[in-house]
Amino acid sequence: MPIEILMPALSPTMTEGNLASWNVAEGDTISAGDVICEIETDKATMEVEAVDEGVIGKIVVPGGTEAVAVNALIALLLEEGEDASALDGYTPSAGGAAPAAVAEAAPTATAPAPVAAPAAAVSGSRVFASPLARRIAADKGLDLSTVTGSGPRGRIVKRDVEAMSSGAKPGAQSKIAQRDVPNNMLSLLTSLKATASDEVSAEDLYTVIPHSNMRKIIAKRLTESARDVPHFNLTVDVEIDKLLAMRKDLNARENADYKISVNDFIVKATAYALTQVPACNVSYTDDAIVQFNRVDMAIAVAIEGGLITPIVQDAANKGLAKLSKEIKELAGKARDGKLMPEEFQGGTFTISNLGMFGVKGFNSIINPPQGGILSVGAGEQRAVVKDGALAIATVVTLTLAVDHRCIDGATAAAFIKELKAVVENPVALML
Amino acid sequence: MADTNFDLIVVGGGPGGYVAAIRAAQLKMKVALVEANHLGGICLNWGCIPTKALLRSSEIYHNMQHAKNYGLTAEGIGFDLDAIVKRSRKVSRQLNGGVGHLLKKNKVTVFDGYGKLNGAGKLHVEKDGKGIADLSSKHIILATGARARELPGMEPDGKLIWYYKDALVPDQVPERLLVIGSGAIGIEFASFFHTLGSKTTVVEMVDRIVPAEDAEISAFLLKSLTKDGMEILTSAGVKALKKGKDTVTATLEVGGKSESREFDRVIVAAGIVGNVENLGLEGTKVKVDRSHIVTNEWLQTGEPGVYAIGDVAGAPWLAHKASHEGVLCVEKIAGTKGLHPINPDRIPGCTYCRPQIASVGLTEAQAKDRGLKVKVGRFPFQGNGKAIALGEPEGLIKVLFDDKTGELLGAHMIGAEVTELIQGYGIAMELETTESELMHTVFAHPTLSEMMHESVLDAFGRAVHF
Repeated sequence: MPIEILMPALSPTMTEGNLASWNVAEGDTISAGDVICEIETDKATMEVEAVDEGVIGKIVVPGGTEAVAVNALIALLLEEGEDASALDGYTPSAGGAAPAAVAEAAPTATAPAPVAAPAAAVSGSRVFASPLARRIAADKGLDLSTVTGSGPRGRIVKRDVEAMSSGAKPGAQSKIAQRDVPNNMLSLLTSLKATASDEVSAEDLYTVIPHSNMRKIIAKRLTESARDVPHFNLTVDVEIDKLLAMRKDLNARENADYKISVNDFIVKATAYALTQVPACNVSYTDDAIVQFNRVDMAIAVAIEGGLITPIVQDAANKGLAKLSKEIKELAGKARDGKLMPEEFQGGTFTISNLGMFGVKGFNSIINPPQGGILSVGAGEQRAVVKDGALAIATVVTLTLAVDHRCIDGATAAAFIKELKAVVENPVALML
Repeated sequence: MADTNFDLIVVGGGPGGYVAAIRAAQLKMKVALVEANHLGGICLNWGCIPTKALLRSSEIYHNMQHAKNYGLTAEGIGFDLDAIVKRSRKVSRQLNGGVGHLLKKNKVTVFDGYGKLNGAGKLHVEKDGKGIADLSSKHIILATGARARELPGMEPDGKLIWYYKDALVPDQVPERLLVIGSGAIGIEFASFFHTLGSKTTVVEMVDRIVPAEDAEISAFLLKSLTKDGMEILTSAGVKALKKGKDTVTATLEVGGKSESREFDRVIVAAGIVGNVENLGLEGTKVKVDRSHIVTNEWLQTGEPGVYAIGDVAGAPWLAHKASHEGVLCVEKIAGTKGLHPINPDRIPGCTYCRPQIASVGLTEAQAKDRGLKVKVGRFPFQGNGKAIALGEPEGLIKVLFDDKTGELLGAHMIGAEVTELIQGYGIAMELETTESELMHTVFAHPTLSEMMHESVLDAFGRAVHF
């Protein structure tokens, strides 16, 4: 019986990879420990060593094949005494389908990265890139771990980062359209096709939008967060009339070279509240809770094709004018795709604001390994009861989501109470 | 009857063709090579190699003449032109035999004749007007090279008017020599004969010599050659050559004025035309533009299954470019993964005049034409210990960096042994280093290569020894 050589998993999360090249040919004698082939994922190329000894009987998946599923049969090894006739009529027992036809392509395991890769995130394996490519990527704020290298052994070279920054990914569209439609989608598409008629072709009924790297990362990270992080939410309504009055005064000052927004106030107030309740400015790790001594505030910014969270460092110790300017600048850079890695990596807490869309209140998913995220709704006039009488106040709904592994209910409540107090009496920000 | 069906046929056995054939054989193709004259092509038989042999002789002669600068005595210094030429031919012969051996070792079938396309996938091979074989293959690479451009009224006669082939086997060192054209070929011959004692005049149409090089290098060379007593006429032309019994009267046009001058021999080195005739291109979709076959970046012509590499496929006319194209073309045919077209900005060029010239990448003017802001570094040979010790204090290394990214855009060198230095920058460019890695690289002391380091440092205001 020939020994099956299967596509190895280079990491626990790897589901598929590219079989870059074979270092052996059919008929070569190998012994355990010989490098037989090279496998590349989107981050690294690794050499695969033989576990058994024998003669390579047949290479099933040729070098240069992309998207080979883990555990697919890639080659057959003849044991001592066997000859090629042992391969005749051989049916693979593992892996099932011929690996080249990976129609069931699972979502590519993408490395953690640019969407606000937080401070404590463990960086992946080494990225191979030319010095020039590294410098251009740094200048343009590109994360190299999201770039596919076209140089020798997948090395990232100048043309790759230039293609990335100009948005062109040659060939990506058709390739993904063919193989990245998962099985459960296929049944949907099939049923759509059934409704097609002479006037409406099946292709008119849907468009396949290939994943950008950002989309893959958002999908992966937020799935992990929603699955692994025990979230709970606390909601408060806060009155912002005093805040609005203060904002008006500040913005009306002569020679004001700033224009402070409500959101700027909320960022500042949240940062302040976190300094008052530092037990909410934390990250959970397996061994310990890490409590940060500085508030680095990540601010979710919607950009074309996704979102990114630029970071205002040490937000608690910055004045409103400075904070406002920095946020404006970072958001602009984010939309232009010009953020430097250090401007979006890290962060100890996130604020997401959908108030401008008129959303009253909402829950967010935590961006791990941060411990919390604050969702800010629209400021609107509401009927409130004051001293037993109806009154009108401008109210914002704030929803806090925290990681229960590191922040308990009472701690979260203490924080949101502090936050409410300072938003409602923003003069405390003077302290 | 011999097998006539091949996986690949290569027409032309020069540095493009024979390298392509060997690479194809390595990739397990069954390969035929058709060559009518010499394996190794012009490069090895009538170009790069034999001229280097001649120039080595003139270099040693020059050094012997200056022996006393080194505390040596050399008396009765002279030369035997026949012996110099004989040595040059022997060098070519040796390498020509080597190519034959390599092809044999790689089991390439060599056909001695001219190849001509004869319908899709077919090649007719002729020798002395007689058909000797009809071959077929899905892939045919044309690597027929190029030859010197003939100027009307100045055709070579092998006696008074020489082209490169004649100049390689001279019967004399002319007393008064006129060289038409100051590109690499013209300036190398001018350098050779001038060193051996010819009173040499170089005529160049444009306003500077070695016009393909950076303007600063042209100026440096002009100064150096002029100081050596060579006459250089730029923005000048030769209107007519009138042959006498053993002299040629040339009508030169310099600065709008005509003058008649008498020379003993004339070397014409005024450009190159591709060998596109008699290849059976008529009726195919192969396009020819100004005597060169038009290809795409993978060396494919308009005709499916027909490829062109090397000089016949256009500038730069360099053997190493031809070889590299040959390999790329074959690997593309074989479906090798991860191929990339040749980046013309990374092809080095060397000229073996005295002082030598070597360059790779963009000139300063080209960089500026592309709208790039450049940082320029320079380092003179005078500042280098090894250069002083060698007695070669004349030279310059110039580098260009992209101001924005630190990309090494170009390097230009003139001086002793620079042709052996240029590859350092070539590798740096291919690896996409920035100034930072070059600065961090430890260059051995004492070497000429230290100037490569210093020149990079100078571009950033950090040169130490100057």
